[in-house]
Amino acid sequence: MSRILIVIPAFNEMKKLPGVIAGIRASIPDAEILVVNDGSADGTAEVARKLGALVVSLPWNMGYGVAIQTGYKYALSNRYDWLVQIDADGQHDPRDILTLLEPVTSGACDFVIGSRFLGTESYRPPLVRRIGMRLFSKLLRLLTGKHVTDSTSGFQAFNAEVFTFLTGDYFPCDYPDADLLLLLSRAGFRITERPVRMYASSDGRSMHGGLKPVYYIFKMLLSIGVTLLRVTPMRPGGKR
Amino acid sequence: MTANQKIFALIVCVVVFLMTIELVRRRRLREEYSVLWLSTSLLMFVLVLQYNWLESLTRFIGAVLPTTTLFLSALLFLLLIVVQFSIKLSQISSQLKNLGQENALLRAELEKMTCRETEAE
Repeated sequence: MSRILIVIPAFNEMKKLPGVIAGIRASIPDAEILVVNDGSADGTAEVARKLGALVVSLPWNMGYGVAIQTGYKYALSNRYDWLVQIDADGQHDPRDILTLLEPVTSGACDFVIGSRFLGTESYRPPLVRRIGMRLFSKLLRLLTGKHVTDSTSGFQAFNAEVFTFLTGDYFPCDYPDADLLLLLSRAGFRITERPVRMYASSDGRSMHGGLKPVYYIFKMLLSIGVTLLRVTPMRPGGKR
Repeated sequence: MTANQKIFALIVCVVVFLMTIELVRRRRLREEYSVLWLSTSLLMFVLVLQYNWLESLTRFIGAVLPTTTLFLSALLFLLLIVVQFSIKLSQISSQLKNLGQENALLRAELEKMTCRETEAE
């Protein structure tokens, strides 16, 4: 039987987590939910456990990228077939999980990104972020030939081959997005997008504040550049 | 270089060299980090003693004073040692990340097993 794992990386989200988990259960009751507790100081892990989710707690806060990679490692060692990653703060709509999974479970694709820009535009991020996203979209299109509208979306679904590949040390743990897509594309994985609904984080907290956007752009450009310079490990049976 | 300058430079080189050896002996400094300290202090010591070599090097790099060459060498050494640290730090960060993840996954496994045991009782 095909097993699906829904990975929710969470840092101090004890308030929003119940809503997200309830939404996921309503959409896809057969899937198992894994909450990766990224060094939360509030009761995130306890709340998750009480709601019947699987919980893996990182010993200290290591960031979004490390948390989701921990989810991939869990999926690999517990032999899941498909993986969906969704944010813990309610930005992603769990009702779109099945939309995201469809191209992967049907075998049409290896990796699906949930794009907020296809279909109904439910939430527009601030201007600076939009400019950054457009820039990397264009760059990605140039480098991979693939048209990606939402490269920073953390709402993704993929198959076991992809998450196995991503457990390696070449997974960009800082801000995995455009450079990750480039890496997957070069390794021969088939990537597609599906429209999803996203909502602004209701308490206005952002992962990106202060000097972080500057570092983000620098890091992305450097990461994309070196990804092009490296020899990418190939997926078995993949074509370049 | 005046005699005073030479003597001072030689003393500094000897002190750095011996201190480094002592730190390694006491296991306070790993051998891999002592390489640059030892080779730089040795090199500067030799250059001061073989003064004509220092003069040739000075002309070669386009400097005027031999003391400039020594200063530049010290700066270059600091640069190299910082690069060595950056590389080592990157490696350690990566290892630490993997270790943290392993820790989390093992702990979850353990909790699962403990739960199963208590259920079986």
